[in-house]
Amino acid sequence: MTTRTLPYPPIAPERSAADALVVDPGSLTPGRTRGYPLRREGPSKLTGAAKYTDDLIFPGAWYGATIRSTEPRARLLAVELDPDADWSKVVVVTAADIPGENLVSAIKEDQPVLVPIGGEIRHHAEPVALLAAPDRETIRRLRSRIRLVTEPLPPVFDPELSDHVFARYEIGSGDLEAGFAAADVVVAGEYRVGHQEQLYIESNAMIAVPAEDGGMAVYGSLQCPYYVHKAMRKTLGLASDQARVVQAETGGGFGGKEEYPSIIALHAALLARRCGRPVRMIYERHEDIAATTKRHPAVIRHRTGVKRDGTLIAQDIEIVMDGGAYCTLTPVVLSRGALHSGGPYRCPNVRIRARATRTNTPPNGAMRGFGAPQVEFAAETQLNRIAERLGISPAEIRRRNAYELGDVTPTGQTLRDSVAAQEVLRLAIEAADFERIRAATGRVAVERRGSGEVPAGRLRSGAARTASGIGLALGWHGAGFTGSGEVHIGSVASVELTDDGRVRVLIGSTEMGQGTTTIFPMMVSGELGLPSEVVEMAPVDTAVVPDSGPTVASRTAMVVGGLCIAAARRLRAEVEARNGGRPFVEVYRDDAARHGRTRVDQRFEPYPGIEFDDATYRGDAYPAFGWAACVATVDVDLDTGEVAVRDVVAVDDVGRVIHPILCEGQVEGGTLQAVGYATIEEIKLEDGRYLNDRLATYLIPTALDAPRLTTILVEAPFSGAPHGAKGVGELPMDVGAPAVVAAIQDAVGVWITELPATPERILAALDVATRPGEVRSATAAGTAGTAGAAGTAGAAGTA
Amino acid sequence: MPAEPPIEVPSRLSEAYALLAAGPIVPIAGGTDIMVRITGELGPLPERMLDLSRLDALEGVALELGTLVLGARTTYTEIRRSALCREHLPALVGAAATVGAVQIQNRGTLGGNIATASPAGDTLPVLLATDAEIVVGSHRGERIVPAVAFFPAYRRTALAPDELILRVRIPLLTGREVRFRKVGTRRAQAISKVVMAVSWRSHGKTAGWSDVRVALGSVAATPIRAAGAEAVLEGARPTPETADAAAEALAAELRPIDDVRSTAEYRRVVSARILHRIVRDAGSW
Ligand SMILES: Cc1cc2nc3c(=O)[nH]c(=O)nc-3n(C[C@H](O)[C@H](O)[C@H](O)COP(=O)(O)OP(=O)(O)OC[C@H]3O[C@@H](n4cnc5c(N)ncnc54)[C@H](O)[C@@H]3O)c2cc1C
Repeated sequence: MTTRTLPYPPIAPERSAADALVVDPGSLTPGRTRGYPLRREGPSKLTGAAKYTDDLIFPGAWYGATIRSTEPRARLLAVELDPDADWSKVVVVTAADIPGENLVSAIKEDQPVLVPIGGEIRHHAEPVALLAAPDRETIRRLRSRIRLVTEPLPPVFDPELSDHVFARYEIGSGDLEAGFAAADVVVAGEYRVGHQEQLYIESNAMIAVPAEDGGMAVYGSLQCPYYVHKAMRKTLGLASDQARVVQAETGGGFGGKEEYPSIIALHAALLARRCGRPVRMIYERHEDIAATTKRHPAVIRHRTGVKRDGTLIAQDIEIVMDGGAYCTLTPVVLSRGALHSGGPYRCPNVRIRARATRTNTPPNGAMRGFGAPQVEFAAETQLNRIAERLGISPAEIRRRNAYELGDVTPTGQTLRDSVAAQEVLRLAIEAADFERIRAATGRVAVERRGSGEVPAGRLRSGAARTASGIGLALGWHGAGFTGSGEVHIGSVASVELTDDGRVRVLIGSTEMGQGTTTIFPMMVSGELGLPSEVVEMAPVDTAVVPDSGPTVASRTAMVVGGLCIAAARRLRAEVEARNGGRPFVEVYRDDAARHGRTRVDQRFEPYPGIEFDDATYRGDAYPAFGWAACVATVDVDLDTGEVAVRDVVAVDDVGRVIHPILCEGQVEGGTLQAVGYATIEEIKLEDGRYLNDRLATYLIPTALDAPRLTTILVEAPFSGAPHGAKGVGELPMDVGAPAVVAAIQDAVGVWITELPATPERILAALDVATRPGEVRSATAAGTAGTAGAAGTAGAAGTA
Repeated sequence: MPAEPPIEVPSRLSEAYALLAAGPIVPIAGGTDIMVRITGELGPLPERMLDLSRLDALEGVALELGTLVLGARTTYTEIRRSALCREHLPALVGAAATVGAVQIQNRGTLGGNIATASPAGDTLPVLLATDAEIVVGSHRGERIVPAVAFFPAYRRTALAPDELILRVRIPLLTGREVRFRKVGTRRAQAISKVVMAVSWRSHGKTAGWSDVRVALGSVAATPIRAAGAEAVLEGARPTPETADAAAEALAAELRPIDDVRSTAEYRRVVSARILHRIVRDAGSW
């Protein structure tokens, strides 16, 4: 394996000044920056010309609204329309109006599109009825006149107390007991993480337009057109060609538009079918936050056996995820969580037990990282606590244990290719000057504690106003789908030479701001010897593009990109072969004129040598892994516990960088989202309802809260993909939070074991830590002990 | 958005007073509070609105005989840029700088902050701590309400329905120091978890403080003064013992609540800790 590190900022071929600067209005594309193409959709977004769903005009369209339950769990007895209201100019749809199956297409298919009479309401924001009217005022007036008659049922909110299990996995290797017996020290810990909202800038939106033949088209903000397509076929009872899904410009997704758009599309379509006209279903932010999916909360318990030199010898890990009221993607989120839960470390004796259960809260679903950020926060914080216990530097304990080529993971996967854990670790430590700064923060902490002045107490801190700290985390992210997911899906991507001599890429992968429509022309044009500007992207419309699988799992550049490169190579070979071997670039226009259209469809073929057994959870869980290291520097206000994340160095191995600027953008955005997860992003619940379901109360970092970010990109190519790419979208999300929490501990001496590390939690932990006569531990969770008297509190309580 | 209500735009106070007397009509200044409330989602629309933007009498910052006078329509940006405010009342400038972010500061006004009477209104503790007077007017004439008497209950004011806030008068006392501190969830666009202003007059190194005011927001249903902490600090010097006692007194007298932004415990403890810090800084120990 060879790794290549892109210098920061990446050096790119410069264009001559004459090419740049002067542009005619309206002709902003194609442009270049640092030698790379500008984002294709950038100019239209910048000038406001981009058409998001709510910008689309369909004459005569009505507005749709969703009537939701307001109880966490109840039996639905009746839906009553107030007889004093005028219902003649609107339509109301209930479960009885569903022509096909009243189930949202998903893994387990347990979620109704609308709760039927007699059915069970399972969360407080559950759709029960739909209303459409010619104007919003009528909706506003009438929606409160629809009454749900219910009979309350006892809700369950604690995932550990729920007896309904959505999924359960057990992964093991070696001999756990022998491992613990051989350990010098055993450390136990319990970690908790809450919900995180994706908070895409454009809220969810769908418009359904009935077709004359009884079919239905939907236009909307979405990540996965064919998920919506499948859901429409199932619930509306449509034939494949009667259902059409068109992606409008999409303002961010982060997983939040992976599965939920199916429900909105079905709701809009049911109303459109009923009133025979287009229906607009545009969520306001409040409804979007209150009802749509979030990152899964989790409780993660670790018991780890180590040698005195820091070598990991046994890991016993228990994960409980809160799936919310319906299954959605929970089994795959949990699976990814279980597979990543040990962290990127060699350990001979491992047991991982994971389960996800049902609670009466809105369903949780996909969000950037997909189960990995939760477990990697736990794994990294656990390792940092072990290092502290042993008096080893966090850098050293990672160097000692991080995977290298040839190591074997708990599923028995031998890492044969593309392992850059040590590389990203080294680069992050160097770039951040980690050891030197950590020594300095350590000295300051000692001085602060030993200054001899009146000690800080509950109602006062000492002379120092702030404390600085630095923290490190290392992570891994399985590239593409887990296990044999890719084989099951069998994605198709196409490249065509049109009969009028244009080159078009046809994929079902969506642009949502991450750069799909910019990098695909680059990949394809590179194979054909054309400038990227001339390669066109077909609109994401199921009537036009094939099913390239969902735009998720950081798989687009890696998997679909690989398919397009293979398709382009085949196209080139075919065209060159029938033109006497002359280069594609010279002959393709004439070829099109002579032979008409040439289209190459490329279907996914399993990566050679990659095998996984879904039943036993043995084998190659992922074709390759991306590797990331993160160093965060924080200032903690000692009076208030407020945390300012000052600097972050993010080093990410993505296999192959296609567009350095967009790639850096993914690392920066993912890191900032991780900083929010670490410090302030939190959903508070009461009786299963989100209390802070508005932008005024669900807070994410602003520009002022953003740290200075240094991104270093590493390329350890994946040999199974023609271009070596492993994806970048999720990787940076995995490591930011544990690095920030480690930095907080370095600054103030307490471990925050529950995310987010809010000032409230930090002050409470400091209070416990400074109270005389009490064991110094961050929260009730952080039990630690030596072998024999091992801290069992953390590892018990499971079954 | 629902259709917007009819809007009156008077250019003279007397016209505004007449419109208010004919009621019901809702004033709008910067609109940063009212616009959030009239999306239709949170209740019915006002029937009519009274745009204050042409009333010159509500504008401007001036110094009148040792009193800083700010028109009700003074924006946060104007406060931040005002040489008079910066010289005579930097704590108010500091408070203005923490409100929302630049866009809100460009539109939001001092009068709007007062009339909204949110317990988290960031300028309100400064007004309480500086014995500000709120000058209000109607067709009956003008009257002065001390800031400390202006907020009788949760989101209620001493304004009669037909009264406007005209201006705020802040007496400038020699030797007075005013400190401000806001604690929010993030560095901009954050509603306070705790907001505090403390003022006192010092009379040389050996004499105790006088005229001590400790005012807080977000720890009660209204912005409040903390009488217990004030009593400890009044006449005292900023020593470690004073700071401890003031912090203890404050923690003992506050009765904040848990809500979506923070916890009662955090609010109590942090209020005490920032007061401690302010006293400590004043004592330079
Ligand atoms: C995104 C955002 C962030 C915010 N952040 C903060 C913050 O950090 N701190 C903070 O304190 N506030 C904050 N606010 C609230 C708001 O900006 C302030 O309260 C602001 O001062 C309101 O002033 P305005 O001129 O915009 O008021 P308006 O919205 O115009 O009016 C508010 C109320 O006051 C009444 N009113 C206005 N002027 C007068 C007058 N002269 N006489 C009588 N009644 C009057 C109106 O009828 C209305 O009831 C924020 C608001 C938003 C939208």
